[in-house]
Amino acid sequence: MKKLSLLLVFVLLIVTLSGCGATAKESITVYNWEDYIDPAALELFTEETGIEVKYVRFTTNEEMYIKLEKGGTAYDVAFPSDYLIERMIANDMLMPLDKEALPNFRYITSWMQDPDYDPNSAYSAAYMWGTVGILYNTKMVSEPITSWGAMWDTQYERNVLMMDSVRDSLGVTLCYLGYDLNTRSQSELEAARDKLIEQRESGVLLAYGVDEIKDKMVAGEAAMGLVWSGDAVNSIKLNPDLAYVVPDEGSNVWLDGMVIPKTCKNYDGAMQFINFMLRSDIAAMNSQYIGYSTPNDGALEYLPEEMTSDPNFNPPEDVIARCTFFHDVADVLDVYNRIWLEVTAN
Amino acid sequence: MHRSQKSASLPFIVWMVLFTIVPIILVIVYALQNGGGDFTLQNFVDFADPIYINVLLRSIGIALLCTAVCLLIGYPTAYFLTHKGLDKKGILILLFIIPMWMNFLVRTYAWLTLLESNGLITSTVNAIRHLFGAQDDVRLLYNYGAVLMGMVYNYLPFMILPLYTALDKMDKKVIEAAEDLGATKFQVFVKVVLPLSLPGIASGITMVFMPAVTTFVISRLLGGAQFKLFGDLIEQQFLFTGDWNFGSAMSLVMMALLLISMGLMNRFGDREGGGIL
Amino acid sequence: MKNAKKERNVFARIYLALVLLFLYLPILTLTVFSFNASKSRAVWGGFSLKWYISLFEDTDILQALYVTLGVAILSAIISTVIGTLGAIGFSSMNRGQKALWLNVANLNMLTPDIVTGVSLMILFIFCKLNLGFFTMLLAHVSFNIPYVMFSVLPKLKQMNAHAYEAAMDLGASPAQALVKIVIPEIMPGIISGAILAFTLSLDDFVISFFTTSEVQNLSTLIYSMAKLGINPTINALSTLMFIAVLSLLLVLNRRSALVERKKPQHHHHTTA
Repeated sequence: MKKLSLLLVFVLLIVTLSGCGATAKESITVYNWEDYIDPAALELFTEETGIEVKYVRFTTNEEMYIKLEKGGTAYDVAFPSDYLIERMIANDMLMPLDKEALPNFRYITSWMQDPDYDPNSAYSAAYMWGTVGILYNTKMVSEPITSWGAMWDTQYERNVLMMDSVRDSLGVTLCYLGYDLNTRSQSELEAARDKLIEQRESGVLLAYGVDEIKDKMVAGEAAMGLVWSGDAVNSIKLNPDLAYVVPDEGSNVWLDGMVIPKTCKNYDGAMQFINFMLRSDIAAMNSQYIGYSTPNDGALEYLPEEMTSDPNFNPPEDVIARCTFFHDVADVLDVYNRIWLEVTAN
Repeated sequence: MHRSQKSASLPFIVWMVLFTIVPIILVIVYALQNGGGDFTLQNFVDFADPIYINVLLRSIGIALLCTAVCLLIGYPTAYFLTHKGLDKKGILILLFIIPMWMNFLVRTYAWLTLLESNGLITSTVNAIRHLFGAQDDVRLLYNYGAVLMGMVYNYLPFMILPLYTALDKMDKKVIEAAEDLGATKFQVFVKVVLPLSLPGIASGITMVFMPAVTTFVISRLLGGAQFKLFGDLIEQQFLFTGDWNFGSAMSLVMMALLLISMGLMNRFGDREGGGIL
Repeated sequence: MKNAKKERNVFARIYLALVLLFLYLPILTLTVFSFNASKSRAVWGGFSLKWYISLFEDTDILQALYVTLGVAILSAIISTVIGTLGAIGFSSMNRGQKALWLNVANLNMLTPDIVTGVSLMILFIFCKLNLGFFTMLLAHVSFNIPYVMFSVLPKLKQMNAHAYEAAMDLGASPAQALVKIVIPEIMPGIISGAILAFTLSLDDFVISFFTTSEVQNLSTLIYSMAKLGINPTINALSTLMFIAVLSLLLVLNRRSALVERKKPQHHHHTTA
């Protein structure tokens, strides 16, 4: 009996010691999108500040929101998109950013310093931005693509990849039908639902995915896929047959920001992290690594000419003009979820 | 007997209460509440929606199909494994058990690699098809068949093992006696072997059907998120939609489904042999 | 007659070989392509160890490996202690109590993984625990305990009940009798229970998926890597994990064979 209790004590000791070991150094927990940072930037941050980074990833905005809302994890910095920042502010889930401690904030492009989902960027600092569009394989389509209609064209049987993400897939379908992608109208949403179901039933759709779409497109597994512009830039680098287009009917322009949830444990560390990520050379590093457009004006001089002149990386005015930001549709969220369930669980 | 010995069970009892009974009670409480914390049966009423029932039926359907395929492949396998002529039987049987111990996710992921358009199996199949004059390429990934195949692959060893145990335990003298009495091979199988292996069949069916009907992830990886199963729906309620009350209600429905099917199968199988391993 | 039997044997062999091919084809391809010099998933580009090298340079993967091993070892130890003690205590319970707790253990084992996962997640969040290493460990211990218990119980049943009484009559305290007589007697059951618990923990994905978010173990890491697309590093990782579990099983298998050979009489006596 004695030996057994000794063993138990020993085990408990290991558990508590391993717990202590982790907290001995100053650390922050960062909650970011899958594949959305240059790992070298994280190492550099730890090197310069001595703060360890626990890095956790998510796949969709909705998934991230649930984790933050229900608790269970104390994240110090998170990277939600525009419409979710709006919802988090409304639900009082964010800490205001102390601009005094963010000297690098001034590098952010002026219009993104005051986005309409977060006036004056009181709670968020822009990290990356871009558009939603079609990444297609020029060898596998008959003509250059200009319309969302291509994703419903039956000549591309089992060749279209859609996003397993409610706002993105539903949003572009609404655009295709000529509706507002922030619509609250039941009938418009139902029309979009029917369109998406048609896409499945006509056999055009190959699969729903999120992060795997780039890999499938690079490998030539499908003719086209719905992607975020940054993923397109990256994929085209790996497979020159690919091209990216923001269709004429319009699309979504988005901005991912860095925020500090109320449940954070190390506010100062989180502020240091955000300020570090806003530094021009670091912003350039991340932008170059993941292929997404940086909202950091200062970063442009660190980036190679072929990147800054790439219209996919740096969307021209007319493309931006036909794109819309997502807004939070909290009051009709149930309808959106229901519509998406009817599409995917049919 | 001795009190000190009885108290040895205390940590076990405390742990089971804290981490088995309390969580289930929490799920029941959540299932009986709405988002505002009021007690209601609304979650179960909501579940009666055709869309959820359809997913439930689809899950049961594919699980039954998977069980049937496993039985069809597994029964001859187990039967042949009991043959006397085989050498190194111990190792052979181990070979059938080993895949069961590979990480579930790795097993599924491996099929993803094989079934991709430029994966080994798909490219071989297409090469053969082209030899016979076919012009087009087939796609083997992202359809119902791929999901079913992934499930069969994952759960086949769970069928073979109890069948083998049941067949191996069988008294060979009974079979010899039947043969001596002039029964044909077929008669022996139908009248003697099959009835005697029924408990093995029952426990094999249980061991395949249970994980098959609750599976998630397989349909996302191999079905391209188009063939939502009951497990995917539960995961989605907890991690994407965030309605834990409804998710809990679904979990309870799943538990009920399992307990009922267990009860049904137990009528055929022997209770003693109902262990998981 | 003899020919027919031979033919049947040939057929049996072919059939078994085909089933084995089905079971091992994915594992073999995975292993072979983990040594592929090119990133291609279908074309052989020459032998290379580069995916293994990149595996050991990847801090995420190494971190996940430590977490996996830490949880597996600790949960195996804790569940073995609790499960063994639980089984020993059972023998002095009355029939009703025993049936009750056996049913609870059965309920634990029968609960589908996904329900175990979400119910534990609810519990941990309800208790305001951070979902990480500690919660994953608690979850793994709880699904391991019944397995340990059920591998110890049969050994206890086989044990000579009088040995314990005799030790007590000779003046041993209950604890002494337990350590000196009972534990050595049921050691094979304890060891196989511990190894079983270790491999179950190594193998788990679903329950880990719901009970951790701050740290990742290998399963949850592979899941998020697989979402990014096919990556030969995962092949290398899977191959290593497979070899690890395989060697453990072989050790376990040889061990129990040894134990049984060592005490053939005893074994025969109790099973008869």
